[in-house]
Amino acid sequence: MREFATEVVETDVLILGGGMAGCGAAVEAAYWAKPLGLKVTLVDKAAIDRSGPVAMGLSAINTYMGMDGKVTENPRMPERFVEYVTNDQCGLTRQDLVYDVARHVDSTVKHFDKWGLPIWKDETGNYRKSGEWQVMISGESYKIVVAEAAKNAMATLGDKGQIIERVMITHLLKDEKEPNRVCGAIGFSVREDKIYVFKAKATIALMGGAVHVFRPRSQAEGFGRSWMPPFVSGSIYALVLQAGGELTQMDVTFVPPRFKDSYGPVGTFFLLFKTPATNGLDGPYVGAYPEELAKWAPYSNAKPCPTALRNYEMILCAKEGKTPYLMHTNRVVDRFKKEITDQKELKKKIREYESEAWEDFLDMTIAGATNWAAHNVDPLEKPMELQLSDTVFIGSHACSVGSWTCGAEDLMPKEYADAFPEQYNLMTTVNGLFTAGCGVGACAHKFSSGSHVQGRIAAKSALKYANDKKAYTPTISDATIGKLKETILKPLAYYEEQNNYTTSPDVNPNYISPHNFLFRLQKIMGEYVGGWETLYGTNDQLLEIALWKLGFCAEDVEKLAAKDLHELMRAWESVHRVYVGEACARTRLARKESRWPGYYYKTDYLKLDEGEKQFINVKYDVDKKEWSVLKRPMIPII
Amino acid sequence: MPSYVITEKCDGCKGQDKTACQYICPNDLMVLDKVKMKAYNQEPNYCWECYCCVKICPQQAMDVRGYADFMPLGAASTPLRGSEDIMWTITFRDGRIKRFKYPTRTTAEGSIKALEGFPEAKAADLANQLLLGEPDIMGVKELPTKK
Ligand SMILES: Cc1cc2nc3c(=O)[nH]c(=O)nc-3n(C[C@H](O)[C@H](O)[C@H](O)COP(=O)(O)OP(=O)(O)OC[C@H]3O[C@@H](n4cnc5c(N)ncnc54)[C@H](O)[C@@H]3O)c2cc1C
Ligand code: SF4
Ligand code: SF4
Repeated sequence: MREFATEVVETDVLILGGGMAGCGAAVEAAYWAKPLGLKVTLVDKAAIDRSGPVAMGLSAINTYMGMDGKVTENPRMPERFVEYVTNDQCGLTRQDLVYDVARHVDSTVKHFDKWGLPIWKDETGNYRKSGEWQVMISGESYKIVVAEAAKNAMATLGDKGQIIERVMITHLLKDEKEPNRVCGAIGFSVREDKIYVFKAKATIALMGGAVHVFRPRSQAEGFGRSWMPPFVSGSIYALVLQAGGELTQMDVTFVPPRFKDSYGPVGTFFLLFKTPATNGLDGPYVGAYPEELAKWAPYSNAKPCPTALRNYEMILCAKEGKTPYLMHTNRVVDRFKKEITDQKELKKKIREYESEAWEDFLDMTIAGATNWAAHNVDPLEKPMELQLSDTVFIGSHACSVGSWTCGAEDLMPKEYADAFPEQYNLMTTVNGLFTAGCGVGACAHKFSSGSHVQGRIAAKSALKYANDKKAYTPTISDATIGKLKETILKPLAYYEEQNNYTTSPDVNPNYISPHNFLFRLQKIMGEYVGGWETLYGTNDQLLEIALWKLGFCAEDVEKLAAKDLHELMRAWESVHRVYVGEACARTRLARKESRWPGYYYKTDYLKLDEGEKQFINVKYDVDKKEWSVLKRPMIPII
Repeated sequence: MPSYVITEKCDGCKGQDKTACQYICPNDLMVLDKVKMKAYNQEPNYCWECYCCVKICPQQAMDVRGYADFMPLGAASTPLRGSEDIMWTITFRDGRIKRFKYPTRTTAEGSIKALEGFPEAKAADLANQLLLGEPDIMGVKELPTKK
């Protein structure tokens, strides 16, 4: 095996991931670190100019209050947001965390505006809303702008502000004197033969959500066209588990209803353009099953109806064989024709609609635009199909997966305090380890702006922690680091050792490639844990089989083989995904009801049961290889 | 919809230590064949067609072809990204063409000064809930808290 250099980086605050939350964390960390003389290091496996889902751009900022009243409609206060999110998540949410995001989120959007993100405004300069919480943007360069701000802020720290790109983090480091404390992270460069060891007083894990745990609907060449980008692989969830931290709501995944195959966004079409959608019999599918939905009262009675219940109506529609679902982009034009009599005015309105409709795709899902063009569909003339896509883990969307984290001092109910030996905002149940964005569980609807601001909250809190513990130095032995290095590089060494046994490196009885390993995981998740293959249904027996089979996956991690650095990255992404899959299956097994039936339902407990209204958390003990399930109460704050 | 490189146009970013497409791809898909001095996508089925590589390529040597398993051939969405806007040319399979232009940013590239214009942070303020610029930047008198 070739030699890998080891670079040790000592820092005060370590930021893992430079997506939306990571870039927010960098700005805020730089601001507070300066007068304290502390060092901040940010690491990402990609280039932060274009990383995470916002790499392609976005067409809307989905979370904004407008507390200053300068919005075209619906200025809102945090209380209303908490109410909305609680209902959307069918009653189960950490209201303290949601409130904290809501009260800060406007500040992040105002910074974006200053930095140069084009936010749509009316003539008086008010932000143009397209729903209760959304402001529209021309966001092709959203990530570039946000990354530039992060880089600029870090640069003000001189050599105490460091950004290292193309390093994939595989493990967190645990302090050898304090068992429940994280003291940094380890990973490898995907560009050169080098292991990076980061030692830190405080670590903030901001590596986004996870996709490709469940099987994507498109296969072959289209495998990568999952709604969520294939480069988010659940590192946060896996690392928190490995460090002994607690994850919550890992069953409450998200199933995005989107334009079929290309996954073009639908939000703007529904909210801004009021586009009608129908089932295959040209009837509505939303509101088509009032008796079924009534079983999910009181949540089903609220306006808007929770995302999971709207999805469930699509599932019921599919079960009756009443697909396709069609989005009638053309009928918006018909409506304009009825409403506007002045021909010049009408032409202008149609032109505006056409430009905005295409922009919605071109800013964030370019495949959607090409898919229209490839099928010769002009959206002004013909409808396109919708579809429920594959299941994803995205703690910042209409979904609740993530870590069990400490809330703000003035907001967190005292009943939650016992899980956090040291109480710092957004610290996990492991000391010294913070998270935000997709990493925080039971705190849905943060989206891009909320993730950015939560990254900022976590950074300020982590800086305070590092400053309070100035005297602390991480204890981690060279022997431990040596062992981790060997573990990280094992797939490369194993490939080298085994690949000549057969005439083709593709099929070898002694190892499995990361790609094939991923297929195995996806098949188990899809067929047993409630993927699209079973129309999102599962039950206890299926889940038991899944866990049995996932056990073999966990063992076969040892047999992963990688031919180069790129494949080594794929290997570790796959390992992280197995943790995510198992956490999900265990939580689904523990939950004896179907609270979010449009995300997944259990055929043996196909009902809402308010007796089950509690958070289900999982933990993992790496030494004993044992999982445990914990239940925590829902304590409202409003 | 995987990205591809047009042989004739790619100059391998003139043999620099990393090419533009390699630098930017969020999924580490682009590699340079150092013998041919041409880049290629090493794992087309992991491509998210985010177009980051297409937009950054200085030679306009990159494009994207619709995923073979669900897109009929013959269409293209072609970007031309300037310093403040992006122009798209959409070519339909049947030859129809549409063009759209959208703004991308309102400030000059590289001009962002994220911390400028704010008072310097004070260690004593680490204990409160206020973040950089708050509450003034939000246009409210004070940060809301639970009543
Ligand atoms: C398809 C899609 C559409 C969306 N549309 C909208 C929208 O219209 N409006 C809106 O407001 N929000 C939208 N969102 C939500 C928004 O994108 C997310 O809320 C936000 O990106 C979450 O931020 P994050 O920092 O938690 O994660 P990310 O932005 O995903 O950042 C994660 C970062 O971690 C890095 N990373 C991952 N693993 C590792 C590792 N092991 N080692 C090192 N680095 C690693 C990644 O490279 C990346 O830079 C959308 C999301 C998706 C998926
Ligand atoms: S960026 Fe363009 S010119 Fe440079 S290597 Fe890539 S494809 Fe070739
Ligand atoms: S389109 Fe995106 S994912 Fe595909 S190669 Fe280019 S940058 Fe990478």
